Amino acid sequence: MYRYIIKRLLMLIPVLLGVAFIIFAIMDVAEGDPVYSVAGADATEEQLDLLREEMGLKGTLLERYFRYIVKMFQGDLGTSYISKQSVMKIYMQRLPNTLKLASLTMIVSVGMAIPLGIYAAVNQNSFKDTISMVISLIGLSMPNFWLGLLLIIFFSLELGWFPTGGNEEFKSIILPAVTIGAGLAALMTRTTRSSMLDVLRQDYLRTARAKGVSEGKVINKHALRNALIPIITIFGVQFSNVLGGSVLAETVFAWPGVGRLVVDAIDQRDIPTVTGALVMTTMLVTLVNLLVDIVYAYVDPRIKAQYTK
Amino acid sequence: MTAAETTLAFPKKRSSTALVWRQLRKNPGAVIGLIIVILIVFMALITPLIYDYDADVIKNNIKDRLQSPSSKYWFGTDDLGRDILARVIYGARYSLAVGVVAVMIALIIGVTIGAIAGYVGGMFENIVMRITDIFSSIPSVLLAIAVVSALGKSTQNLMLAVGLASTAPFIRVARAAVLVVRGEEFIEAARAIGMPGWKIILVHILPNCLSPLLVQATLRVGSAIISAAQLSFLGLGVPAPAPEWGAMLSTGRQYIRDYSYMTLFPGLAIMVTVLALNLLGDGLRDAFDPKLKK
Repeated sequence: MYRYIIKRLLMLIPVLLGVAFIIFAIMDVAEGDPVYSVAGADATEEQLDLLREEMGLKGTLLERYFRYIVKMFQGDLGTSYISKQSVMKIYMQRLPNTLKLASLTMIVSVGMAIPLGIYAAVNQNSFKDTISMVISLIGLSMPNFWLGLLLIIFFSLELGWFPTGGNEEFKSIILPAVTIGAGLAALMTRTTRSSMLDVLRQDYLRTARAKGVSEGKVINKHALRNALIPIITIFGVQFSNVLGGSVLAETVFAWPGVGRLVVDAIDQRDIPTVTGALVMTTMLVTLVNLLVDIVYAYVDPRIKAQYTK
Repeated sequence: MTAAETTLAFPKKRSSTALVWRQLRKNPGAVIGLIIVILIVFMALITPLIYDYDADVIKNNIKDRLQSPSSKYWFGTDDLGRDILARVIYGARYSLAVGVVAVMIALIIGVTIGAIAGYVGGMFENIVMRITDIFSSIPSVLLAIAVVSALGKSTQNLMLAVGLASTAPFIRVARAAVLVVRGEEFIEAARAIGMPGWKIILVHILPNCLSPLLVQATLRVGSAIISAAQLSFLGLGVPAPAPEWGAMLSTGRQYIRDYSYMTLFPGLAIMVTVLALNLLGDGLRDAFDPKLKK
């Protein structure tokens, strides 16, 4: 198992460097030469040159990228053009809010998807199955930011149960989490149903039933445990979607997280903040995917067996 | 020999398209999806005959601003007095165009890279697939945001951003499809007669990989429409005053407290279009490979 984890950790290094390079290169095109806007119209050529040196803008793309990576591993993502604060500090201030939202989103989506997926699979080809699948297809087709707006109209403006936005009270997190979670739940419901259907056809379930095990126990103990493996994989992929979706939900609900930081920074052309936030968020997604792979290997004895020989 | 015997001796040969169509017709969801997609495309095509773009869609009409839905304005009017129904219908042209062009960009780039990687194999394939993995690990919304902020806000850049962010799945599907047919005898035969690699890919391999690519493309148009609407909602998409559904939702959000109808109809239009494309895509997948249907 340790060999597997070490191998995956080593494989992560080029991926992290590659991800950082792609974002750095794209944002480099966006940036152009920002010294003119920072230095002002009356700056001399010497002053501009000095500023380029200070801002780390000298050299080729690759040279600047390597400087950026070295600094990043020292915890320095540059300085925001707008607030003049360290990008790492700004990012770390926002990250807990996004992680809080992402965690509740995952709980909401798993809480909706697994029961609905099992319900659909157990009642395969019935009216109940069709209804469950129609609900999940609608969830997949609905833009999450629109769902957020509908939730605001109904639960905040009509019923007054939840605030329309912000992060002042605990209730503030519910609507953004449902907004992001609903679409993810839709995909996870389909995966759970499909995975359960595969398992429900297995002989060992027939054997369990023949032995007189109750239907509830057959589903929960024997079927669900084995159906969980593909669901865990989807869970990892979904975390990436959660962070992507949080950009929209944080904008709709004025949630002070990383997504809103990126959108505000783009509006203000604050390139170091956009680059830093995108690089860090993508790295976070990659790390979570690694963790999911390790959990996957732990749950699936076949993968573990490959590395314990 | 009777007529029945003749039929038995020479069974009527059906083309693969006819077989897929027969499978598709049996699936009510796919039929509903197909009908809705045809209606939306038809509506998008004939819209210029119904509404005048300058007078009915983008021109301000301040005296009728923020009118609730009524017999005169079925979907109401927006903050500048423009008819939301006209804008939603005209918006189909933008959303479909962005969705289809973005998927075409992803399809062309993805299939070219994936097919070459699958055909060449070895170290080249390995490098291409690892780079694809790297691209896949960037959340697609963030990648599209980065591309638009690099290139600037315009409809063309929106298409390019959404297209580039959707390329990785096409690389994977094309490579996997090429791997399936790469070892077939007809490919060996084409190599043996000295056919160049690019021609083998184009003439012999790609036509055999069409079905998974068609399914992937149909499903991706829906997600491309949502991605484009997301970027427009964030102010990074189609510039004003164009009637793009995501941009209309962004405007509606500012008036959500008192004029919530402004957010209802553009969102419904996105959902119905994407739902229809998803139903059709699922139906096509089942029709091409009935084993997948559960």
